Amino acid sequence: MISLSHYLVLGAILFAISVVGIFLNRRNVIILLMAIELMLLAVNINFIAFSHYLGDPAGQIFVFFILTVAASESAIGLAILVVLFRNLGTIDVEEIGSLRG
Amino acid sequence: MTFQTFIFYAFSAILILAAIGVIVARNPVHAVLFLVLAFFTSAGLWILLQAEFLAIALVLVYVGAVMVLFLFVVMMLDINLARLRRGFWSYLPLGGTVALLLVGEMTTLILFHYVNNEVATPEPLPADYSNVRELGRLIYTDYVYPFEIAAVILLVAIIVAIALTLRHRKTTKYVDPGQQIEIRRTDRVRIVTMPAEKREE
Repeated sequence: MISLSHYLVLGAILFAISVVGIFLNRRNVIILLMAIELMLLAVNINFIAFSHYLGDPAGQIFVFFILTVAASESAIGLAILVVLFRNLGTIDVEEIGSLRG
Repeated sequence: MTFQTFIFYAFSAILILAAIGVIVARNPVHAVLFLVLAFFTSAGLWILLQAEFLAIALVLVYVGAVMVLFLFVVMMLDINLARLRRGFWSYLPLGGTVALLLVGEMTTLILFHYVNNEVATPEPLPADYSNVRELGRLIYTDYVYPFEIAAVILLVAIIVAIALTLRHRKTTKYVDPGQQIEIRRTDRVRIVTMPAEKREE
């Protein structure tokens, strides 16, 4: 019998995989953006599992808005990436050092 | 093992393998395709959880628009893979430790509650339950203000994406409208007095 805990553990595993992805792909901006999408997917699975097992549709409403905001953030992040590539010729994070921070 | 249990474990395994494929894939196009597989599989899981509207919205909006956008950008950029993969696995011990700690802590908390307390069982829904109608009833009454704000956020995203990446063609004969309406007649027309010429007879 699949209970709430199964889905929560699945969300936790996905989140941890995304964190490992950020550690491994710290130089490649595109894979970083994709790891962020994976994180959002893990959180969405948690929300929908809670919404189902507690009988409250507010969890699904929240996922609706998370999807909206995540889509906007991806669009803006990719626009920034495109302009970055136009100016630098690379998407290597280590080349983005001109502010000398 | 019921069919639902089998589906849950099968989809979860595919989802976890696809997620690992995203972060490990050498070719960024493969990574995007693995992410598409992960989203499709989680849409299947959401249908198991009786959230059909959001499952279809995930496939249509997320996979259909956002992932296609990722694919466009990945295929447009000329990525030097050899330089980006240098030192790839050197942070795996630290990252793996952090991830294992994360999963261990979260799983301990979840299973601790699972063992000690009553597990929440979902009550069966009536036969004419419509997930779309339920969400629609809430979005347009209780949550209409966040709905409008979400629309404004999407508008801002459109404006930002265009404003950042727009490049003008240099050869267009474009006049700035602000300068256009400030033009005086004397800038364009010059009255010259000259004697009338006799017509040749």
